[in-house]
Amino acid sequence: MTQFSSGMMMSRFAFAAAVLIGSAQIALAQDSVTFAGFGGQYQSSVRKALFDPAGKKLGVRVREESHSGLASVRVQVQSGKPGWDIVQLGEADCARGQSEGLFEPLDYSKIDTAGIAPLARGTAYIGSNYVSTVLAWQKDKYKDKPPRNWKDFWDPKAFPGRRAMHIYPQESMEIALLADGVDKDKLYPLDADRALASLAKLKPSIDVFWQSGAQASQLLKDGEVDMIVIWGSRVASVLADGAPVDFTYDQALLGFGCFGIPKGAANAAAAQRMIAQMVTPEIQANIPDLLPYYGPINERAFSVKQFSAEALAKANSSPQNKDRQAPLQPAWWADNIARVQERYQALIAK
Amino acid sequence: MTSVIAAVPPASSDASYFARAERREAWSFALLAVPGLVVIGLLLIVPVGWLFVLSFIGKDGGVSLENYARLAQPVYVITFVTTFQIAGIVTLGSILLGYPVAYLLSQLSPRAAAICMIFVILPFWTSVLVRTYAWLVLLQRRGLINSWLVSLGIINEPIPLVNNFIGTTIGMLHVLLPFMILPLYSSMKTIDTDYLKAASSCGASPMRAFWDVFFPLSRPGLFAGTVLVFILSLGFYLTPALLGGGRVSMWSMQIATNVSTYSNWGAASALGVLLLVVTIAILAALNKVFRVDKLYGGR
Repeated sequence: MTQFSSGMMMSRFAFAAAVLIGSAQIALAQDSVTFAGFGGQYQSSVRKALFDPAGKKLGVRVREESHSGLASVRVQVQSGKPGWDIVQLGEADCARGQSEGLFEPLDYSKIDTAGIAPLARGTAYIGSNYVSTVLAWQKDKYKDKPPRNWKDFWDPKAFPGRRAMHIYPQESMEIALLADGVDKDKLYPLDADRALASLAKLKPSIDVFWQSGAQASQLLKDGEVDMIVIWGSRVASVLADGAPVDFTYDQALLGFGCFGIPKGAANAAAAQRMIAQMVTPEIQANIPDLLPYYGPINERAFSVKQFSAEALAKANSSPQNKDRQAPLQPAWWADNIARVQERYQALIAK
Repeated sequence: MTSVIAAVPPASSDASYFARAERREAWSFALLAVPGLVVIGLLLIVPVGWLFVLSFIGKDGGVSLENYARLAQPVYVITFVTTFQIAGIVTLGSILLGYPVAYLLSQLSPRAAAICMIFVILPFWTSVLVRTYAWLVLLQRRGLINSWLVSLGIINEPIPLVNNFIGTTIGMLHVLLPFMILPLYSSMKTIDTDYLKAASSCGASPMRAFWDVFFPLSRPGLFAGTVLVFILSLGFYLTPALLGGGRVSMWSMQIATNVSTYSNWGAASALGVLLLVVTIAILAALNKVFRVDKLYGGR
């Protein structure tokens, strides 16, 4: 009797142990990654369009945090135990992070790069979606004779009005060169002297140098400026509010958001799988509908699914829009930012 | 019983007894100060010291002066001048606006003064970000102030009140004014009104009595407020960043740019160290001239 009951106890114990171990294994199988982005609407849309479907497919749980730029990624990596597994940054910061060795190299044996332009990927980063920097204006100010390109933006006589650009040299110097007549496919390597000279000409007519996308939207929406250099996605929110503004993709700068894995990330393996999944045409095809005025980094996304004419007109990397824009080359900035930053800042601070 | 006897000093003035009592007192005060000193040491001295060390470490990780050599470039010279200009203007503005307010408060009945004081302190309870955005709404081209002025026919075209030097100064003045009013008020409250009456009875006009008697007595508060406002202005970031429209370059903004542009922390650290050293030098110079340390109970 005692033997029997102790045997039963044993088997019960073994069963409980088996259940415990089994559930532990299930918990282990459920990988998770922590994604840090710019926060706000952009991040939540990126999550909906890319992270959620990729996570669902791979069985990876996604946690979210937000960062405050490349410097915060540096701090995380230098701590030795970064709390983030995937960060999303702008193209120039990704290229710079790669050259500083802040990212794990990407496992290109798992990433199908067909349809992804070589410019949009590095050894340790890959584009997540295209981002355009466009010229936008107040319709009631310019009526049927709006500015059409950067040359018009640079001409305060023909196009009077208050102007705003952003405060960073990246993109501003490219725009200055385009305005000065440089061909959009012959921008790089940037002629820094020519760009700064061109900027110096327009500087007295620039009323605001904005520092954040939200500020740019607000300047346009409140009519504080008549013409603005602004991210396409930020015009979207102004248009959605019904403000009388318009913009053009002509001569716009085509940059991109990108993913990197901070060096030493705890879930680097899962992050590699997630990134490989998120750049596939099937998942990239969510972008035109969920991230209007951005665009898929993988051009094959346009062939896996039928899009409405409206979605194609908005998407910045759709066949009809992509070639009107000047592609940004982040590698130049990774090598030269420190060299031109102070000269550019001096020009603005004067 | 013995303890009572010990607490009462011996009738004959025993020098060593008092010396011991004083030492004991000094020790107990020192012990009481330990938690505060530890906090200051950990949160202030150690990080600032670390900043100082980092500023001498170059790109390649060795000891170098390259971070300081960079500071001779035009952008830093321009920014340095702008920063001190703004701090000077804001300080002057807060004296001109704050002194009359503090004077009024000091002359009111305690009840009325308490009510008015709420309006002075109220801004402290609102976030700086919210207040700064409020100024943006008021001052911009299609903002309240420009709309009113145009509709009243005072101006034809909206005047640029924000995204420039003016907007930055207005925003900073608003944030910093209480730091001028509060020390001024507390020093004015201690001025005995009998002195002013005495001046009048000697034949001084109210103006003369104010300048010869009241103003000199209010100087400790004025200096305290000036130093506070000036030093706080030097480190301002948010208000100039939002109201300056990128055209007002403050030192703190250059620090932020350096943090993101350079991978070595030394670059931004050097900027921080320079500002700290110059600020300390200015404080020391002010102290020489005005004996500011007296205000804080120095001998």
